[in-house]
Amino acid sequence: MASPSGTPTKITQGSQTKGGIGESTLRPDGTLKVTGEFAYSSDMWHEDMLWGQILRSTVAHAEIVSIDTSEALVMPGVYAVLTYDDLPTDVKNYGLEIQDTPVLAHGKVRHHGEPVALVAADHPETARRAAAKIKVDYRELPVITDEASATAPDALLVHENRDDHHAGHVPHPNIVHRQPIVRGDVAAARERADVIVTGEYTFGMQDQAFLGPESGLAVPEEDGGVHLYIATQWLHSDLRQIAPVLGLPEDKVRMTLSGVGGAFGGREDLSMQIHACLLALRTGKPVKIVYNRFESFFGHVHRHPAKLHYEHGATKDGKLTHLKCRIVLDGGAYASASPAVVGNASSLSVGPYVVEDVDIEAIALYTNNPPCGAMRGFGAVQACFAYEAQMDKLAAKLGMDPVEFRRLNAMEQGTLLPTGQPVDSPAPVAELLRRVKAMPMPPERQWESSEGADVRQLPGGLSNTTHGEGVVRGVGYAVGIKNVGFSEGFDDYSTAKVRMEVVAGEPVATVHTAMAEVGQGGVTVHAQIARTELGVTQVTIHPADTQVGSAGSTSASRQTYVTGGAVKNSCELVREKVLEIGRRKFGSYHPAWATAELLLEGGKVVTDGGEVLSDLADVLEGETVEVEAEWRHRPTEPFDLRTGQGNGHVQYSFAAHRAVVEVDTELGLVKVIELACAQDVGKALNPLSVLGQIQGGTTQGLGVAVMEEIVVDPKTAKVKNPSFTDYLIPTILDTPTIPVDVLELADEHAPYGLRGIGEAPTLSSTPAVLAAIRNATGLELNRTPVRPEHLTGTQLSEG
Amino acid sequence: MRVNFTVNGRPQEADDVWEGESLLYVLRERLGLPGSKNACEQGECGSCTVRLDGVPVCSCLVAAGQVEGREVVTVEGLADFAKQRAEGGCASGACGTSLQNAQEWQAQGTDSQTGEGTELSPIQQAFIDAGAVQCGFCTPGLLVAADEMLERNPNPTDADIREALSGNLCRCTGYEKIMDAVRLAAARQSEAV
Repeated sequence: MASPSGTPTKITQGSQTKGGIGESTLRPDGTLKVTGEFAYSSDMWHEDMLWGQILRSTVAHAEIVSIDTSEALVMPGVYAVLTYDDLPTDVKNYGLEIQDTPVLAHGKVRHHGEPVALVAADHPETARRAAAKIKVDYRELPVITDEASATAPDALLVHENRDDHHAGHVPHPNIVHRQPIVRGDVAAARERADVIVTGEYTFGMQDQAFLGPESGLAVPEEDGGVHLYIATQWLHSDLRQIAPVLGLPEDKVRMTLSGVGGAFGGREDLSMQIHACLLALRTGKPVKIVYNRFESFFGHVHRHPAKLHYEHGATKDGKLTHLKCRIVLDGGAYASASPAVVGNASSLSVGPYVVEDVDIEAIALYTNNPPCGAMRGFGAVQACFAYEAQMDKLAAKLGMDPVEFRRLNAMEQGTLLPTGQPVDSPAPVAELLRRVKAMPMPPERQWESSEGADVRQLPGGLSNTTHGEGVVRGVGYAVGIKNVGFSEGFDDYSTAKVRMEVVAGEPVATVHTAMAEVGQGGVTVHAQIARTELGVTQVTIHPADTQVGSAGSTSASRQTYVTGGAVKNSCELVREKVLEIGRRKFGSYHPAWATAELLLEGGKVVTDGGEVLSDLADVLEGETVEVEAEWRHRPTEPFDLRTGQGNGHVQYSFAAHRAVVEVDTELGLVKVIELACAQDVGKALNPLSVLGQIQGGTTQGLGVAVMEEIVVDPKTAKVKNPSFTDYLIPTILDTPTIPVDVLELADEHAPYGLRGIGEAPTLSSTPAVLAAIRNATGLELNRTPVRPEHLTGTQLSEG
Repeated sequence: MRVNFTVNGRPQEADDVWEGESLLYVLRERLGLPGSKNACEQGECGSCTVRLDGVPVCSCLVAAGQVEGREVVTVEGLADFAKQRAEGGCASGACGTSLQNAQEWQAQGTDSQTGEGTELSPIQQAFIDAGAVQCGFCTPGLLVAADEMLERNPNPTDADIREALSGNLCRCTGYEKIMDAVRLAAARQSEAV
């Protein structure tokens, strides 16, 4: 057999502290996860526990004429059936930014799968059957499904009487938010262009498809409050939305993070949190709700599908002159994160290129399609798909190499974004392109063997559709820019509580934050930071809950930066206190206590010259040092509502991909052979985890290039494929090798120089695959995902 | 109904089982073995994979009544199962491959909650060492499937590994570290013989 070999990955390493930053330390939850003992939210169990079930609308847009729960209520085993009329307070809506989402439908449903009623029963099947017995009489309304139907003169309003803070500046009440960005003089710049390229691009609706279904357990407490064990991305954001609906003060809603089976943006919004709490408080019993996969497709927001119109110009020597673009994002029935997605899509619509004259507009619509919100890449993904297609078109028209054309126009440190904000940290766009292009190419015709074709390596795979006939190879490149952290003036802070004490003669640090560990490895990195800063080996990561201040969201590639920064900051404050104690206890024994720069290393207090002054255990004997502190990155500011100008972003993350595909041009089947990535990560705090993020993000980008799309019927706005049978995500057979070249150029503004890394690889992966398929087939391919009929021309399909 | 079967070597009895309940439900909700996961409950994701009389199956697609009198191995029993198999001698016939590149993935360092001291099967250890675990929801099913493949095919090619694990969806890793983990386990298994 071939000797075992890994996909080549290059990364620099180095650290002074064992188990500290820069090392590939292992996950603290690894053993629990491989033995099946790790308690995910769907594994929660409580004596006397009931099962909750949500009844969802079967139509997308309708008035509710009546709801009859009588048959459900009398079923043996049913403990409660709740509708809108049972909500306990005047607060009946929730939402991340705009509180437009009903806890339970009131008089109207606005999308397919909207929650209408709740059931609690002693067996999940009883709960399901009881929910099915609830009779809802709908009077259907016309559906709004796109920009034309949303802004038609006689269009119904998805939300009447809007009073949110975007309502005053949008051109139509069915537009959630609009962000124009105008800079320079596009008309004059257009005159300078030797070539002009336009394109209309379509991006399909992608699902996060995390594997751990929405789930949680609500336990009523003796003080009238409730304890919710939940999988989420942000405990405190959930708490802020849950407590008012329950009519409880926030301190009576205790939240503990349960095991989270992936998130990718899909757990930013609430799902079953309030429903479980309502049922628990009504019945006085613990209530567990677990979605099945079908329900999960209705139970969280998706990535905004988008229509993007782009016009670029360039001079004949290959310099971009201008950009005009219009991005229309479908936000679906409720706002979710749509306003922020609009801000991202518009401000990053140029991509990592120098274009001084721009006229940009991005909007998000209210429609009766499924609500859309956060997903990995958050508005930057859709834009990257379009501008990278444009770059290839421009290069082709100019007769230039597509990578060289990109390098010629690549942003650098100091380049202004279209918002006027300078990029004030390294922006190695040209270098990443150079690196990804320099990686060795995968050999041709790998499927050939002495025993004939290995169909597993061919398009169509084990379906045995080709042995190489009609198979054409293509290569494509793409690069992208993603912002890190919450933008546009948001107070994006994190809190960390760090304690140091002696346990069994050893100094031990405990790190307590409310950070949602969703699989990314934040807990691993927190322990590494504590080791580096406090010089201890043993670090305990306290479970995340609301007994400590907010850690912000596990979103926007921000947790290592912001909560990592908070942990570092609190460790530094703890270190100062520890040294204070040391000076008090031992200062008289050695002058260096007063005069030298002191460090904590290897369980000892040492001078910067390396002289050991004391064991940490001796300093800490009889003492406990604890600090809880908030930490903030540099403030940002909102984008001007007319011009889009403003220093809106914190940091940027760059990745480039090269895709190599083989296409069975007769059947329209695509096999991605390799997806190479080069990314700047600033500083790899945990190289193994960094690679995992890059390879995982790359694969989600591959998914939306060739298979992933939630299909919504344009006539009914109903979801047609809510299952893993019909919504396909990449399997291990669909996923190629993903060699990675990691660059570490420090961002001096960030802790340890690090960059948020999780999202950038999801951006450029998709357009690289599309470019490779175009290269193989010669087709224009202006939509993603690409389906076989788009390649064979056997069916002209749109939407 | 009552269902009697063996789980991880121990006789088990589940009472009041509904006709429609799956093996997955009985394991998770009646026997306190939630390690087998419920990501899709329609046989598409493989997160509930268990061995049924040695054969890997999606336990969500097996009616509880079908397991009467049969033997089930779940992720919770994987370490014991692998240990017993190893004590049974060189049944696999895996011999003579050096560790070479595989050892690159043997990462270092420990943390306070690693469950140190827990006995793990080689495939479990390899998943940890290679960084194949992120959210971990797919992990139990992948471990059962990968362990079964290595039992059948101790020297798999990459294509063999991909084919054997193609019924197990993972959304976090992009599968690269899972490939590394299986290669590592295979290499260690060969070296140990």
